[in-house]
Amino acid sequence: MTSAPQFLLHHDGDSVAVAVQDLEPGTLKGASVKQGTWSTAVLNQAIPLGHKFALVDHAEGDPIIKYGIQVGVASAPIKTGEYIHTHNMRSYRWEASRA
Amino acid sequence: MGSKPRLTGYRRANGTMGIRNHVIILPLDDLSNAAAEAVAKIIPGTMALPHAFGRLQFGEDLDLTFRTLIGTGKNPNVAAVVVIGIEPKWTKKVAEGIAATGKPVAMFSIEGRGDLAVIAEAARVAAQFMQDASEINREPAEMGDLMMSIKCGESDTTSGLGSCPTTSEAVDRWVAAGGTVLFGETSELTGGEHLIADRCIDDACRNLFQTTYDNYIKVIESTGANLLGSQPTQGNIAGGLTTIEEKALGNIAKTGSVPVMGVLKPAQEPDPKKPGLYFMDSSSAAAECITLMAAAGAVIHLFPTGQGNVIGNPIEPVLKLTANPKTAASMSEHMDLDVSGLLRFEYSLKEAGDRMMEVINRTVNGRLCAAEVMGHREYTFTKLYISA
Repeated sequence: MTSAPQFLLHHDGDSVAVAVQDLEPGTLKGASVKQGTWSTAVLNQAIPLGHKFALVDHAEGDPIIKYGIQVGVASAPIKTGEYIHTHNMRSYRWEASRA
Repeated sequence: MGSKPRLTGYRRANGTMGIRNHVIILPLDDLSNAAAEAVAKIIPGTMALPHAFGRLQFGEDLDLTFRTLIGTGKNPNVAAVVVIGIEPKWTKKVAEGIAATGKPVAMFSIEGRGDLAVIAEAARVAAQFMQDASEINREPAEMGDLMMSIKCGESDTTSGLGSCPTTSEAVDRWVAAGGTVLFGETSELTGGEHLIADRCIDDACRNLFQTTYDNYIKVIESTGANLLGSQPTQGNIAGGLTTIEEKALGNIAKTGSVPVMGVLKPAQEPDPKKPGLYFMDSSSAAAECITLMAAAGAVIHLFPTGQGNVIGNPIEPVLKLTANPKTAASMSEHMDLDVSGLLRFEYSLKEAGDRMMEVINRTVNGRLCAAEVMGHREYTFTKLYISA
């Protein structure tokens, strides 16, 4: 089990990671899929498998990067380690699509 | 990969190859569903394909319904077709379109005769078609003979991490072996459409792709609707996907790395002389999209899922794979391949691709996929606008 990551990011430099297990808060280990780089990250609340958390601080309006590409925008300030979903992230392409 | 897999299929009169040998009872319109279903009840093994449309459609919307009906009958997984319609003129158009393949086709119309007379005659023909189809033997097949389609559903973040990249491996191998693969889901490229445009084989293809994409998105955006819950779906959101852009990049992760050879209208056949990967303008709704792809001639479908879509198709086997370990466990009867080990780094993507190819090969050779066993036969038409 020591080799199983707790989170994955797609590319080095992504601003969010995906929980690949149900996770409790704490310092976690994970890896990037593209480059295979291992890293640690802090998660500050429990999140289920498949959900995202921030690897860096985002100000409101900052791009959210996954796959090395912008996949949305922070609709509220997001701290490192914070859970990210529809409550603090929205589409930048479909302006009307908001929680 | 080692030695080449031994594949078999059913060679049709026009040279195309299928992996199933269906005798279908195809209603032209909603009014003819009852008669078609009655015939299929009388002759076991035949399959009726009831659907909701075919009346008072016009223009491009009518053309699409004809293309879907004729394409369904022409699909190489179909051995023979009985077409039943309320009136003879459109029924004949569909029957003749299918008969161009050289496969056995019969047509019946109900007006002036009633369901019972038509059912009796059509059942007699269906019985003969069924018996004749039973004598068609499997022959050696190549990947290049078999058209594949791909579309994912109820995706979550594990789709982009595991099941879609596994599908990508299969797409690249299929195309490298001379095969053709269809992908679609026009709205679900949003945020990554430039990645597809960059892969178009030439400027004509790129311009057609961009125009096709822009036109579809214009219709969606002109509604001014909040699409959260529709695209991405509530299931996508429950699985951790937040925006259309995030969903799109996972979707695109299943399309391989090969060039896009062309852009197809819904249910349009690709150029048989130019194998490779094709984009089809289509809805991202699973049943609509796969119905259109089967009507374009696809004989096997790969369907990555995250939260657990249960879709099937009456004509082409829909193989399901998931990288979500919870879905793999809770919905195992719907899954053909569990690649959740990718998230645990238990094996490489190449090895996941090997496992995918192994399941594909067995399914080509006759193994029933989970959707076939579970009786999922969703046959759903795409409607472009209101009927007259």
